[in-house]
This record gives sequence, C-alpha cells and structure tokens, in this order.
Amino acid sequence: MLYSSYEADQALMNTGPKKVILTLFLLFLAFIPLQMVEGIPDLIPGFDFLGNNDWLKLLSTACIFAIGALGLNVLTGLAGQVSLGHAFFMGLGAYTAAWLGAAPGPLAGIGLPMWIWLPAAGVVAAIVGVAVGPTAVRVRGLYLAFVTLGLVFVGEYIFRNWSTLTGGSQSGRTFPDFELRLWKEETPLVDFANDGTWFGVALSGEAKTYYLLVFLLVVFVLLAKNLQRTRAGRAFQSIRDRDIAAEIMGVNEFKYKLTAFGISSFYAGVAGALLASFVGRTIPERWDLFLSVQFIAIVLIGGAGVVTGTLLGSVFVITLPRIVQDFTGWLTEYVTEGNGVFVWLADLLVVTGEGDFGLINVQQGIGSGLSVSILNQVLYGLLIIGFLIFEPLGLYGIWLRIRNYWKGWPFTY
Amino acid sequence: MSGKLLQRRVDRSGPADYDHLMEVRDIHLSFKGVKAIDGVSFHVDDGELFAIIGPNGAGKTSLFNSINQVYHPQQGDILWKGESLMGLKPNHTAERGIARTFQNIALYPHMTVLENILTGRHVRMKSGWLAGSVWLGKAKREEMANREIVEGIIDFLEIEQWRKYPVGLLPYGVQKRVEMGRALAMDPEILMLDEPVAGMNLEETEDMARFILDVQDELGIAIILVEHDMGLVMDIADRVLVVDFGKQIAIGEPAEVQQNPNVIKAYLGEEVEIGQQ
Ligand SMILES: Nc1ncnc2c1ncn2[C@@H]1O[C@H](COP(=O)(O)OP(=O)(O)O)[C@@H](O)[C@H]1O
Ligand SMILES: [Mg+2]
Repeated sequence: MLYSSYEADQALMNTGPKKVILTLFLLFLAFIPLQMVEGIPDLIPGFDFLGNNDWLKLLSTACIFAIGALGLNVLTGLAGQVSLGHAFFMGLGAYTAAWLGAAPGPLAGIGLPMWIWLPAAGVVAAIVGVAVGPTAVRVRGLYLAFVTLGLVFVGEYIFRNWSTLTGGSQSGRTFPDFELRLWKEETPLVDFANDGTWFGVALSGEAKTYYLLVFLLVVFVLLAKNLQRTRAGRAFQSIRDRDIAAEIMGVNEFKYKLTAFGISSFYAGVAGALLASFVGRTIPERWDLFLSVQFIAIVLIGGAGVVTGTLLGSVFVITLPRIVQDFTGWLTEYVTEGNGVFVWLADLLVVTGEGDFGLINVQQGIGSGLSVSILNQVLYGLLIIGFLIFEPLGLYGIWLRIRNYWKGWPFTY
Repeated sequence: MSGKLLQRRVDRSGPADYDHLMEVRDIHLSFKGVKAIDGVSFHVDDGELFAIIGPNGAGKTSLFNSINQVYHPQQGDILWKGESLMGLKPNHTAERGIARTFQNIALYPHMTVLENILTGRHVRMKSGWLAGSVWLGKAKREEMANREIVEGIIDFLEIEQWRKYPVGLLPYGVQKRVEMGRALAMDPEILMLDEPVAGMNLEETEDMARFILDVQDELGIAIILVEHDMGLVMDIADRVLVVDFGKQIAIGEPAEVQQNPNVIKAYLGEEVEIGQQ
C-alpha cells in the first residue's frame, strides 16, 4: 500500500504535488486584483491584465456560472440525467433573493440580509425542484430533456407576468447588493459592492465582489467534491452507469434521482441569486433556454462528472465571447491596416464594410455575417457536439492526456 | 483468489422463526405470451449451496430477476424468511440481504474498483447527501470504516493493483472478481451467482469453485448458483434444480438428479452429444 492510512488517501489532496499546485493556484487567484493596487508590483507577469475591472467581472461571472454548473454536474455528470431546466431554477433563486433581500419599494421586497436571501434562494429552488421532480425523474434520456425544456418556457411565462415581483419585460428589476448585514442596520458589516479599504489595501468594488465569489466558489467546490466521493455521490454514479444493477444493489433509484434534482436546483438557485445581484437590473427573459444551454456546454465541455472539468468549462464558456470579441476586433484592425500576408484570410473572416463578405460581423447592421453573440452561440453548439463525439471527458480529458504525456516524458510513445 | 477469508460482520443470531431462508412457490412469468417461467418451486435454507441448471433460455436469469423484483411474476409467491417479496422494489430485496452477480457483468464502468465495491456497502451505510457533502463527524467516520472493510475485500480478491482504475478498462477476469467483491461487500445472507464461470478456463473455474465453497463455509452465506453447464454444479452443490423451457424438470441432491430420466433426456442428452463431437 502506498498510503499510510485510508484517511490520508481519502483526503481531497492526496498527493504532495496536488497540494502545492492547489495552494499556488489559490494564491494566484488571490493576487489577481492586487496588481491593480497602487504600490503593489505586477506579481504575475503576463497575467496582469486579469486584474483590470472588466476581466475581474468576467472572472466573477465565471465563478457564479461555476457554482451553477457544479449543481448541473451533480445531476448530469453524476446521476446522468440531462436537464435543460437549469435557467428556470436560477430564475427562481434570483426572484427569491429579490423578494427577501431587496429594499421595500414599488416591487416586492422585504429587505432581509444576505445570509438569509442567499441560502433561501437555493432552498426555494430546491423545494420546487423536488416538487416537480417526480414527473421529471420518471422519464428518461431525451424525454427528460423535453420535460425540463418545458420548465424553462413555463418559468419565463410566469416571470414575465408576475410583474409585481419581477418588474416585467419592460424594465425588469434590481436585486439586493452583496452586503453582509446582521439584520437591517444602516451600514453593512462588509460591503462587497463599492470601493473601499480592506486591511489597509484600497480595493475596487469589483475586486471585493471577486473575492466574495471566489470564496463562495471554493465552499461549493468542497461540498461538491465531498458529495461525489461519499455514499450519495456513488449512488448517483451507479444509477448513471447501470440503473437496474444499481437498484438491485440497494440504491433507491427514484429517491436518488430526486435528490440529485433537488441538489442541482439548490446550486442553480444560489447561482441565479448571485448572478442577478451581480448584474444588477435584470429582465425575466434573462432566464431563458440559452442560459440552460450554456450550463450544458460548461458541463460537457469541461468533462461530465468531474469537478475540475466544471471549473475549466466555466472559465472557458464565460471568457470565450470576450476572446472572440477581442480577436475579431484585432482582425478588423489588421484588415483595415491592410498590409499583412494573411489579410486575405482575415478579410474572409470579418465584415469590414457594406457589401464585404465575411463570417463575423462586428459592425452590426452592415453587410452579411454573424454577429459576435450569434457566433458565440454557434461556437457553443459546435463545441458541445465536438466534445460529445471526440472527447467525452471534455477539457478535463485533454488535461489528463497532456499530464500523462508529460508524466512519461522523455519516454513518450 | 486465496488467503484468509473475510469475517462475517453482521450478527444474525436472532430467532429463526421461518421455515426456509427463501422459498419460491409455483411462480409463473410470461412476456407477451412467451412463458419464461412456468411453475417453478424451490426453497433454500441457511448456509445452503443451491444450484439451478438448465440450457440457455430455460428461465434461470428470469428467476433471479423475479427474486430481485425486477420482473414481477403473474402468479405464485416468493418468500424471504417467511415474508413475501412480491410487490417490493429491487432495492428492498438488497436491503433484506439478497446479493447478486450478473451473467453479463453489470459493474459501473466509469467508477473505480474501489468505488464499485464501496457501492456494495450502500445498504450497510446510513449517511445522506448532506452529511456526505459536509464531510464531518459521523459521515466521515462511516466512510473510513467502510473503506477499511472494502480494502479487506480487495486484498482478499487480490486486485490491489487495480483499485484506482475505472473497471471498464479492466480485463474480464478482474471484472468478475470485482463484481463478486461488490456483492460480498453487502454482507448478504444469500448470494445469487448467475453463471459465475462463464468464459473461464479450467484453472479459473476451479479457483472460482473453491472461492464459492469458501464463501459458503467460512461466511455461512447461502448461495444460489445458476449454471448452464453441469460439471461444476454436480461437484459442489448441496441440492440442484433443473429447469428447461421455464418448467421444473427435477429437484434434489446432485446424485439423484443425475439419475433422473427426464434430466438425461432434456439436458444430459445434449451434453453427451456435444461431448462426443
Ligand atoms: N425482459 C424480457 N422480455 C422478453 N422476454 C424475456 C425477457 N427476459 C427473458 N425473456 C425470455 O425469457 C426466456 C428465459 O430467458 P432467461 O431467463 O434469460 O434464460 P436463461 O438465463 O436460463 O438463459 C427467454 O425466452 C427469453 O427470451
Ligand atoms: Mg441467463
């Protein structure tokens, strides 16, 4: 035996290198915003751009999506049930948070503190998940996808019409800020939304929000990892791999599918509340099918059933639009300057003016081509299909291959 | 597979106020007119090694599926310690102490050897999803204790080197052992083996026979052994049931059954022919 005790083996970080890498990574995450602080040098050469407020916002969004995706990963990755209903449960969480957390005003809100509205967002979504679950978990495979698809449409309809809570499609509504209060006192204990000073370091609101979300993500990652390696997590996976055998081995299939549905909805509810609070004013159409598809993309692109993969997938899916946008911007500039060897190729890709042919169109309304947002949707679709066919383990599978390649180096074969 | 056998962990010294550990009473099962089981009755007592033989399609696997309540026979009754199993869900049969291996291995291919065998402990563990997620106190201790039990099973089956591999990647013989480990991890009172030596060579078959006898002797677990080949069964079984086309042809001790003219006609005749070719 390689391990001195099962406890050491069972620990999340069961090897020395893993511990070192994880610690370094967490330090890296912690240092990202600090580079923007006056008097602190760029600590991570090459990555200092991540400290800009707009990149911090992207990373924060990725954290929120990762929390939601960890939930879908329990349902789809572990229990093997495909759900398109994630956006609906996120919406439920968001409006629960709004109702409980927002200050009283024209729209419903009773102004309770974050430590109530955030967990409540998850709990309400989970309760609804467990309530509609029996219908959903009785059907399998594609049928489940259809049933949960229905949830998204029904949900959007309800959200749109319940305008005293949601503000309706015209104006939407605002959501409670990230602020820690004991109860309803005037000044919050900790204010994550606005610029301020923590431990003598002047931080932007974006940086503080980023820290809050990284912290929450770490908590949810730990919960998800623990779930996966304990009794219930194994029960989910056994149902996914062989449902009838799992039942014969003593797993109550119905109960565990329902549990997976509930847990997934809980994570979705929390993520929905965080997203709405983070974005600010949000309309009911925010909780649409495309949002659900983004989560499916995260889980499948990252690697179904693998927590690390879910994290990779979230960063990938959230930063992809930004990368595409920066890239097309750069291409357009390149074509306009018109003196590179590959201008003809770049010109085929982007639309630079009226009548010009191109795949991507950054100047909306002029000429042909896909807008950047449509292009993103197409890319998500292609990536989902591509990963399903060529790399079912997703980005995590690619990472495994790279690792195994270097493990054997220089004796590669 | 050798070495010191596992220990019985569950004390079952309570009063035995039932006639038989398991009793199958005249069950009939058909699928859209196809009679899979057509009036089969037998019983198994504590610690007994009971064999069911019959050619392919005789209804042996269907019998197991009926006991597990995956199939629901239209007629008859199946009693476990005097109480009917009819109408229960498959997981309830596991909770009562009925373990099983499958004719076509039914492991969880994406889970590791360790995790597969740990799933066998499911019915003997209690922690729910919340306790597991938080990984504190009781849930953690329970995981550790059960991990230790499973490591014992892994040592015993001599599959240490594979424990962190997804079972889907392992050779057939290793998978067979893992499946046996998963069933034993349940601490069952009865172990139902569906053609455990299918596809094995002579040496592996002998190993398996010894292993089955060990499980019976040392753990005192009753066994129902399904085989379509007579050889193994006649050597190790206490009693044998012969089925053909869903019908019960003979039941009794191996020696009696072997003499039964119906058996010779329906079953051995075929064997002899094959043997002569
Ligand atoms: N789920 C099912 N649906 C339809 N027919 C089945 C099903 N399971 C078994 N049968 C039929 O029942 C008969 C007995 O099959 P089985 O129990 O697998 O036999 P054995 O295990 O003895 O080879 C066969 O004719 C088989 O086709
Ligand atoms: Mg069979």
